[in-house]
Amino acid sequence: MSDFRSQQRLKHLLWRAGFGPASAEWSHWHRLPQQEWWPTLRRLSQKEPGELFVTADVVKGLFRGIDEFARVEELSPEERRRSRAQNRDLLQSLNLMWLEEMVYTAAQLREKVALFWHGHFASRNLNVVFQQDLLHVIRTHALGHFGDLLRAVSKSAAMLAFLNNQQNRKGKPNENFAREVMELFTLGRGHYTEQDVKEAARAFTGWGFNLKGQFVFREQQHDKGTKTILGYTGHFTGDDVLDILLEQRQTAYLIAQKMYRFFVHDEKVPEERVRWLGDRFYDGGYDIGRLLDDIFTSEWFYEAENIGTQIKSPVLFWVGMRRALPVTIDDPEAQLLLQRALGQVLFHPPNVAGWPGGRAWIDATTLMLRLRLPHILAANEALDLGLADDDDVVMGEGRVTRLRRRLSARLHWEPLVEVFASAPTEDLLPALAQWLWQMPVSPERLAVVRRYINSASRDALLRTAVLQLMATPEYQLC
Amino acid sequence: MLIKRRTFLKTSALAAASVWVPRFLHAFARPGALPPRGKILIVLQLSGGNDGLNTVIPVRNDIYYRERPGIAIRPNKALPLTEEAALHPALEALRRLYESGELAVLNGVGYPNPDRSHFRSMDIWHSASPAHEYWHTGWLGRYLDAQCQQSSHSAPAVEVGDAVGLALKGQHQKGIALRHPADLHAAARSDYFAEYIAVAPESEPAAYLYKTMVQAIASAEHIFEKSQVKPSTYSYPDTPLGRQFRTVASLILGDADTVVYYLSLGSFDTHINQPMRHQRLLSDLDAALGAFAADLKAQGRWQDVLVMTFSEFGRRVAQNAGGGTDHGTANQMFFLGGALQRPGLLNALPDLTDLDEGDLKFTVDFRQVYATVLARWLHADPVPILTQPFPLFDFI
Repeated sequence: MSDFRSQQRLKHLLWRAGFGPASAEWSHWHRLPQQEWWPTLRRLSQKEPGELFVTADVVKGLFRGIDEFARVEELSPEERRRSRAQNRDLLQSLNLMWLEEMVYTAAQLREKVALFWHGHFASRNLNVVFQQDLLHVIRTHALGHFGDLLRAVSKSAAMLAFLNNQQNRKGKPNENFAREVMELFTLGRGHYTEQDVKEAARAFTGWGFNLKGQFVFREQQHDKGTKTILGYTGHFTGDDVLDILLEQRQTAYLIAQKMYRFFVHDEKVPEERVRWLGDRFYDGGYDIGRLLDDIFTSEWFYEAENIGTQIKSPVLFWVGMRRALPVTIDDPEAQLLLQRALGQVLFHPPNVAGWPGGRAWIDATTLMLRLRLPHILAANEALDLGLADDDDVVMGEGRVTRLRRRLSARLHWEPLVEVFASAPTEDLLPALAQWLWQMPVSPERLAVVRRYINSASRDALLRTAVLQLMATPEYQLC
Repeated sequence: MLIKRRTFLKTSALAAASVWVPRFLHAFARPGALPPRGKILIVLQLSGGNDGLNTVIPVRNDIYYRERPGIAIRPNKALPLTEEAALHPALEALRRLYESGELAVLNGVGYPNPDRSHFRSMDIWHSASPAHEYWHTGWLGRYLDAQCQQSSHSAPAVEVGDAVGLALKGQHQKGIALRHPADLHAAARSDYFAEYIAVAPESEPAAYLYKTMVQAIASAEHIFEKSQVKPSTYSYPDTPLGRQFRTVASLILGDADTVVYYLSLGSFDTHINQPMRHQRLLSDLDAALGAFAADLKAQGRWQDVLVMTFSEFGRRVAQNAGGGTDHGTANQMFFLGGALQRPGLLNALPDLTDLDEGDLKFTVDFRQVYATVLARWLHADPVPILTQPFPLFDFI
């Protein structure tokens, strides 16, 4: 295989199973033979992750925070406002902390898969401790067993609160939780009846959480009667329902299909491939790591129609850019504004179905911002955006304020210079294009780029070429 | 000969488009399926959940005064519309428009199984999905999808702001967001971009990105140009909403080909100390709408415009302990314009004796309103856009 083909395949894997190649690590990866790529990614993600923890410096507030929030009605308006503001600030810290992890961790695969689960098990919750716990569950089980992950997520305070299961009681069922568990987490629409939802909701009665955010089973609120769910009849509890759902092959197909869309191709999804993946996933006991092995070691993963045909999510776009061209950002919170403007804020999925992805990321406004971003960064320009505060978070305290944040950043060119050290100056532009883009590089396009770079010196050429190559539609694809 | 930079950019962007996206451009040549010059829809979103009961006040209703001892608007303060209904005192311009037959009020608008989360309920209003379904496109976006395949419009839908909301996002067509036409223009004008789009890829999704880029540049150019033709000279209030409406007026008067404008005001989430804040918000609303109506009337374009307001939900009937109100359900919508078929109060005020755990029951499904606007104002078939038929109103 030519070096170019091999390089493109390696980058394909690093973009899809991680957040793109980091210039600082490129020489290491580049030296590995192809059969080592995937085992290396797997090995680097084997260790159990440390918890991303933002509430450490408010140890007292850890429980007080939950306490205050859980009993929000008893608080004075002023206390309520303070508690919300504190939760909001800490949630922003958690967001940024996870973002840094994506940029710098060697466990790229785990964080990328965790981002998949973050969308699959979409939850919005103002309580930062709940969100922090759920994130830890997702990162811990990201490559483990789907059954464990499903059970842990279903028993998390974040999800129980978000899907109203605290209000699901014997004689007064709330079906929201049962419905989403079936529709979004396991079977998918069309594979259960309304009656199944009603019966499953009865089985989940009594599932709730205490003030510390721990799962509790409130026996006196549980409906002990007989339920019939998907053809099974018994005195089912919530755990039984999850077991029944895992027993359905359809659950494996749904996960396999969603993973295929996320990791391989979001539009062209061959049914027989998904069935093959789903059957092996099911027969292997829902081992997520092995499902990923099947995807990333297949020949079809590297087929031409799967390379350079995915629109990067805003998070992937931004994190990938930071890995290729390391930056020190003086005001990290500007990245929250950026997430909002680009249409993907961690911990704020648009609804319980998660981010739709693909073409939905791109409209005229988000695309123009993406195209301008490399130059905004390089020039320390202000990111001047006016986005309304989120009413769910600020309870009317917010204003549509001009959020003007200077995206003050220092770009670190050294690792990139290093990657291309051996390229002759006249080949530098095509070499950079082949490294930064996953689409085939056309001579016409390069000719345009060439007219807009500064070739006064090798250094200037590299810098302006990188910025111009990033300011293109091609760079939005991986 | 010197070619002006702007002209060059425009020419090259469009010339580029003509070479490379035949599907797209050939469609341009056909007569537009969007209404030609004329019908314009302006959606004004009152974010945060406007308190409908303190906006259109049931001045004869004892329950209203009993449940809201601290925040109810007294009959002598409110601006009367009928024997029973009156407007919040801040809404003087709206009252004048009511009297001249340019305002319609539809009460009790909502949907079954209402959701009290801001973002979820807003999502439902934007997508027009049933409450238990999650749709990834907006109702106006699907309208653009249905109409714009054969249209020549450069900027069919504009959101005045920094991001395009779900309402204007279709599967294929999406609106463009702008704060000031000049900013948008400055962001999009680049010789590099203009030259870059001349060579387009054949394959998807790269072609989609190019198409979006061409559209962004063409829209920015079109909007900027039109904003310069006949900038509004009317005196608008110096508030964010006033400036937004002035921008919209300038584009309309300059004959921009935009059919849908989307604006928002907020936050109406008045949990605590409601009266002051509500007064300020409604004053902003009233002043901006009043100026806009007067401006367009003076320019002879008011009959081409329909302004529609909505909020993701109303608020509970009873006030809370903090001198405010909590999230509720059904709410009224306002319609303003010079071509209303039937102005005034269109239906009965909410029935405060028939509540659902302290909340109003909706009497009108908001999708019925969307269907009416689509069919009777934008002349589109609402059924594929809303995925089911709804009975239409006759007031538009």
